[in-house]
Amino acid sequence: MSRPMLLLSQLLVAVVALALWQFFATVPVFGKILLPPFFFSNPVDVGSQIVKWFSSGVIWKHLIITLWESILAFVIGSIGGVLVGFWFARQPRVAAVFDPYVKMVNALPRVVLAPIFTLWLGLGIWSKVALGVTLVFFIVFFNVYQGVKEVSNTVLDNGRMLGMNERQLMRHVYWPSALSWMFSSLHTSVGFAVVGAVVGEYLGSAAGLGYLIQQAEGVFDVAGVFAGMFVLSAFVILIDMGVTLVERRLLVWRPAAAEGRG
Amino acid sequence: MADTAQPMAVALDSATVAFRVAGDRVYTAVEKANLSVAHGEFVAIVGPTGCGKSTLLNVAAGLLKPAAGSVKIFDQPLTGSNRDAGYLFQADALFPWKTAIDNVAIGLEIKGAPREQALQRAHGWLTSVGLGAFANRYPHMLSGGQRKRVGLAQVLIRDPKILLMDEPFGPLDAQTRQIMGNLLLELWNADRKAVLFVTHDLEEAIALADRVVIMSAGPSARIIGDWRVKLPRPRDISEVRMEKDFHELHREIWGVLKDEVMKGYVQSTQAVGAG
Repeated sequence: MSRPMLLLSQLLVAVVALALWQFFATVPVFGKILLPPFFFSNPVDVGSQIVKWFSSGVIWKHLIITLWESILAFVIGSIGGVLVGFWFARQPRVAAVFDPYVKMVNALPRVVLAPIFTLWLGLGIWSKVALGVTLVFFIVFFNVYQGVKEVSNTVLDNGRMLGMNERQLMRHVYWPSALSWMFSSLHTSVGFAVVGAVVGEYLGSAAGLGYLIQQAEGVFDVAGVFAGMFVLSAFVILIDMGVTLVERRLLVWRPAAAEGRG
Repeated sequence: MADTAQPMAVALDSATVAFRVAGDRVYTAVEKANLSVAHGEFVAIVGPTGCGKSTLLNVAAGLLKPAAGSVKIFDQPLTGSNRDAGYLFQADALFPWKTAIDNVAIGLEIKGAPREQALQRAHGWLTSVGLGAFANRYPHMLSGGQRKRVGLAQVLIRDPKILLMDEPFGPLDAQTRQIMGNLLLELWNADRKAVLFVTHDLEEAIALADRVVIMSAGPSARIIGDWRVKLPRPRDISEVRMEKDFHELHREIWGVLKDEVMKGYVQSTQAVGAG
């Protein structure tokens, strides 16, 4: 399929879905409205809600808060994951001691930590950042750990035969290998940073997209809930496109087949 | 080989290599190998698959320590990895995250050479292996033969006194192998380094080397033969194969090697069956 054709088809899916939604929410079929407005709202109301948010400018504050929380969660979680991943991979004894605890914490559904973080860090952005960090950290940690462990022995031997000392092996072999694993999970970890931020906001906050959705839900404003969802989806898609650009730049040395991951 | 005043580039003296496998069992890969390579000499090691040729090479490289016996490099006992040697691996050993030119330059950069200068010399080496136009490609964008060329440049830029090669052209197709063989001979002719070249291909060994060493099938592989190749240099790999002396030597060595290859084959099938 050619590119314009593909875009057209993709657009068509959205148009048809929205049209069906609008139709069943407003036109009675056999004397009955199949999608009662109270539960399902309708695309026109949702659209006008979104337009209202943007034209009045209230949405920007919430978007920026969520963006900040996501960025902080991603950066802090990644730095922690890289450092600990490296440390564990180079010190198998440490890794063995901590192994059950790492598994335990990772198995924990992170949502249950939200109340604790709210208690510790308050209703501001840091409790959301903390939730995002617990999600991002483990993804980055496992990938970096794997990346350092799975360095090809031949490449390592080659480094040694070329005269590299331990520090140089670290810089020229272990480090790029670990980073490449981390970057290959960039989509997942960035996605989880956003999830952490939004879930945190939803569970208790004073600003952000999650807060907006939660507020609308509190007054049974279904159009507001849907509008929040759409804005959130667009936000995530934009971030994901940004990640794809960064990834293309950073992983040029990778064969194309490996790029499709994530 | 007559003893001369010059020290041997590589001298293995009854080197035995053993690995611990599954608990207390010890697998002896190579037993009491005596092997020496003179300065500027091209020695090929040929043996059946799994006979420990690469093991022997890793001992000379200092990547493996022999369980018994000694390894001397220019009369000095070898400790740690062999600083005088360059190693061309059978598998892909280039750094996949570096471009061709960075892969070649790294050998100088880690020695502290300024980057500009390292890149300039790396470009020179890439040109002499015929890849001047591919400097900015990453390894995955190069063909198998091109990657070997980069590997060769990566090793040679450090100007090692000894060149260790572990079936370097094994994964390549027949034509590319011949081209690479000729390239290797051409580069080697320019400044004769001591070369230890491992291969399972007897023809390749005779065509390239000054001496061909035959190993028996493993385990406990030994060196069972040592032939001098008296073909004139410079040689062309594909033409030298047509010569009468080549055929005679080939027949003579193959007579010894054949039995070992069969033994090695039987053992490898049994090992697969057992494993």
